[in-house]
Amino acid sequence: MTAATLAALWSHWRRNPLQLFTLIAGLALATALWSGVQAVNSEARASYDTAAATLGEGQYDQLLPTAGDTIPEGTFIALRRAGWIVGPVVEGQIAGVRLVGIDPLTAPGGLGPVGNGGMDLPQFLAEQPVFANAATAAKLQTLIDAPIVIAPATAPDTAITDIFVAQRLLNGQGQLSRLIVSPDQPLGQPPLAQIAPDLTRRAAQGGSDVGRLTDSFHLNLTAFGLLSFAVGIFIVHGAIGLAFEQRRTMIRTLRALGMPLRRLVMLMASELMVFALIGGLIGVCLGYLVAASLLPDVAATLKGLYGAQVSGTLQLRPSWWLSGMGISVLGTGIAATGALLSVARMPLLASAQPRAWATARGNARRIQVMVSLGLLLIAGLLAVFGEGLIMGFGLLACLLIGAALALPLVLDVTLRMAQRFAKGVTAQWFWADTRQQLPGLSLALMALLLAMAANVGVSTMVSSFRLTFTGFLDQRLASELYVSTENAAQATALEEFVAPRTSEILPRLYVETELAGLPAEIYSARIGRTYRENWQFLAEAPQVWDRVAAGEAVLVNEQLARRAGLWVGDDLALATDVVLPIAGVFGDYGNPMGQAMVSEDLFNALHPTAQSTQFGLRTDDPQGLRDALIRDFGLSDQSITDQAQIKAFSLSVFERTFTVTAALNILTLSVAGFAIFMSLLTLAAMRVPQLAPAWALGLTRRRLGQLELIRAVVLAVLTALLALPLGLALAWVLLAVVNVEAFGWRLPMYVFPRDYAVLGLFALVAAVLAAAWPARRLAHTPPADLLKVFANGR
Amino acid sequence: MAVKSFLFALALSLTAPVVALAQGFAGMGSEAQGFATPSLGTPLSFPADHGPHPDYRIEWWYVTANMTGPDGTAYGLQWTLFRSALAPFATQGWDSPQIWLGNAAVTTPEAHYTSERLARGGTGQAGVIAAPFEAWIDEWHMRGDTVDTLQLRAAGTQFSYDVTLEAQGPLILHGQDGYSVKSQQGQASYYYSQPSYALSGTLTLPQGEVAVTGSAWLDREWSSQPLASDQTGWDWFSISFDGGEKLMGFRLRQADDSYYTSGTWITAEGDTTALPDGSFDATVLEVSDVGGRDVPTRWQVRVPDYDVDITVEALNPQAWMDMSIPYWEGPVQISGNRTGVGYLEMTGYD
Repeated sequence: MTAATLAALWSHWRRNPLQLFTLIAGLALATALWSGVQAVNSEARASYDTAAATLGEGQYDQLLPTAGDTIPEGTFIALRRAGWIVGPVVEGQIAGVRLVGIDPLTAPGGLGPVGNGGMDLPQFLAEQPVFANAATAAKLQTLIDAPIVIAPATAPDTAITDIFVAQRLLNGQGQLSRLIVSPDQPLGQPPLAQIAPDLTRRAAQGGSDVGRLTDSFHLNLTAFGLLSFAVGIFIVHGAIGLAFEQRRTMIRTLRALGMPLRRLVMLMASELMVFALIGGLIGVCLGYLVAASLLPDVAATLKGLYGAQVSGTLQLRPSWWLSGMGISVLGTGIAATGALLSVARMPLLASAQPRAWATARGNARRIQVMVSLGLLLIAGLLAVFGEGLIMGFGLLACLLIGAALALPLVLDVTLRMAQRFAKGVTAQWFWADTRQQLPGLSLALMALLLAMAANVGVSTMVSSFRLTFTGFLDQRLASELYVSTENAAQATALEEFVAPRTSEILPRLYVETELAGLPAEIYSARIGRTYRENWQFLAEAPQVWDRVAAGEAVLVNEQLARRAGLWVGDDLALATDVVLPIAGVFGDYGNPMGQAMVSEDLFNALHPTAQSTQFGLRTDDPQGLRDALIRDFGLSDQSITDQAQIKAFSLSVFERTFTVTAALNILTLSVAGFAIFMSLLTLAAMRVPQLAPAWALGLTRRRLGQLELIRAVVLAVLTALLALPLGLALAWVLLAVVNVEAFGWRLPMYVFPRDYAVLGLFALVAAVLAAAWPARRLAHTPPADLLKVFANGR
Repeated sequence: MAVKSFLFALALSLTAPVVALAQGFAGMGSEAQGFATPSLGTPLSFPADHGPHPDYRIEWWYVTANMTGPDGTAYGLQWTLFRSALAPFATQGWDSPQIWLGNAAVTTPEAHYTSERLARGGTGQAGVIAAPFEAWIDEWHMRGDTVDTLQLRAAGTQFSYDVTLEAQGPLILHGQDGYSVKSQQGQASYYYSQPSYALSGTLTLPQGEVAVTGSAWLDREWSSQPLASDQTGWDWFSISFDGGEKLMGFRLRQADDSYYTSGTWITAEGDTTALPDGSFDATVLEVSDVGGRDVPTRWQVRVPDYDVDITVEALNPQAWMDMSIPYWEGPVQISGNRTGVGYLEMTGYD
């Protein structure tokens, strides 16, 4: 009996290969986008985690030099011998690779790569290897004379070794970069200032810095992934619903023949699970391709935006296979529950005629409208009262889902109004028929709404960001040339050399410290024409530059201002005895750190040992100055950068962000188009009985096909029109809520009507393409089929 | 006291990669060839031998003390500095093959506080100088002009101590003039002690400071291969009887359930007699559950030659040293035909 039932169930798919394809393709697409995005995210997170775990960053407090970048080894010994449990770290760059030296005996995080790399302590100390992943190892191979051990878990572009080796390779004998403070400190420890007054303690960041910074970026990706998954599940739901409707007769027959209901439901459920696994498998493979093609751009974006190192190559992790298959099975379960329940509840002797699949069920619709209103209400409340990044994303979710659920009602009302104004029988029938089809199409239309809204929202955000940022770069990159020197002596000589040749010399000088309890930078400004003319403020007090120049006031960036809850007029403590009022708040896009800016004199008083080695030079003849610096002063070409180069680099970072966003936009839109196509296709087959009377009354098949196409266009246009305000609301949430929470700055919102028009056109094209084939099939329905409707008395 | 050394050596030196290690440091063919081994008839020389012997694989400076507070409460403390060499030489800087390990503990009847430190030789973070004597790792130290008067300090997250030790008698050489045999196959170490320090100072505990007085025992031992390969652990006793006599005895457990025992009987005047294999007898009377391990915490100790038949009982059975090399070490109280206090160390029960 079981075998016979299975054969009967399978025969349905054999006769409807397109439905089977829809089901599998829907599952595969949903799984692909979900697992692709997950893959990108987990690869990036794995990169941060290895970096943080091996170096103890984020987890532990650190001691940093107050001025300069090195700590003498003697200070480390003095601290240890005073009872400070600290571990030394040596850091430097070799060919773009961050080389980190640790002492496994005193590192609070334990042995770091020792153990991970399958090596124990004596072997590590004896062989003195350098740990790196394969790509980094290849870069270093010819550059260093130390054995390189491939440890895949090492963070990208990072190499870890013993402190002795690091000092030797970096030529920094006797010098340390920073000290990691163990969380367990003994009793009777003297204060830090008594042992090492030149060190500043920086509190642990609670999780890796980079991870926190990039969270919002990854949340954006995840939101995209979830959205695509939801759209895919709409497709699957449609396909399963249709298949079950069509098999009602078969199910009745099987049950009449004695098949127990429980076993039948079990068999149908297992059938779907098999499809879910197949779809999931294809999806994970596709997802891998999506991830592999996106990852290099994502990696480049993250590196450019946050300096976060992410491996550009994808590793196959077993967890993706599992989560991909899992989400596929879960999605199928969600999509099929309703259908299986209705099979279970179907009375044995009920009419086996396929119900009009698309009949609206008043009760369900009322619930849907109520849920939608509830979600929109929550969204409104969150917008007004919510705080924090999670709230921002909660707001997004409520807004999007609420709007999607409201879509059928809004469309229904609109269509009813159109029907009222319709003239002529055909037009009235068209609108009535469109309304009648709405429930069947509503899932696909919701998918289109979400896809379009996401497109509008995200591209508005990214474009606003780019526009603001470009303007900001123009203000900020005022100097024509940027010059790096190797040391303080060369810096002094350079200042003397260029003084007669430039209109202004702007040293780039800052120290990392804590302000208002937050990690921040204090930046030194040589206040002159450049600052006074170019700097723009978000908020400022009168005579702002005069007061700052006199050392009577300080400027802060927006990040510091928002995080510390300070604004113009508030006081900021720069040191225990130096408290100054804030005279201005400036935008500082792209900088994750809080920053305070003070006059050069005040800075020198606060940090007498800090010295600048980088300079911005103002000149009317950049090429001439550049030549002079190389020829007469002996600077290398690499140590001089011109404005255009920096600007180009900064913008290229945003171009990459764009690439990622654009790729995801196109993918979600395609999935939505596919959903419409499949819905129309399934409806087309069922609609023959509804169209036959219209045909019998004189509408040609060709005309009917045209009307089908027009219907698709009308629905797509209506949906697109609704998607626009939703997308703009989404953009507002992203810019004014999520961005502020995630980055600490608020972006002005710009509107790009032309982009939206193009997007609307795309949606229209997608709808027409999706409707074309079903309409064509309708137009070519053999008259015999249409006649059969009457013959069968259906 | 060889057990610790045994375990320490095992952890740091006797494992397979050590061979590679030794080769890495000095290009030597095998571990055994590079290090010096103790030989019978080499007289110890002071103060030089208070200092480190980098050409031996392992070495320790080991102080245990029994103390009482003003209210009569008994306490114990431990201060240990181990040296383990990855290669038989010392250099300045981070590539020194000398590794230092510090363990410190304070035991009360209710609690056992421990702390551990690790350091590399050659940087100044840890080391030992023979004269004027100083042994240190981080802020922990044991120092004085000579080993007769020492200041001893250590601290952990929950405890610290600062005590002064005054020697009341001469140094004691174990075995044959300091040459202490550890197995029938002839494994041996250099081993001497100062068993009769008078102690006074302060313990800082979570409850507050406690002024203490008592007695302390310093053990010094160094070797390259202290135990035979079939020895699985040991039980070591240092006992100060109320009459002024002292007893050091240990039992090395062998894989076939037999024992190798050794010891030293010390008179109140500081005269010593080595106890040959078999004349020191220790039998387990009671086993305690220490964090899931079965550890003997009450013993019967007999030395018939000196009319010793005593019960040795841990002040706090939970004196487990949960360090990178785990072992049990804590103060004990003596009853039976003699009374007194002492320290018990047991390894190989983890």
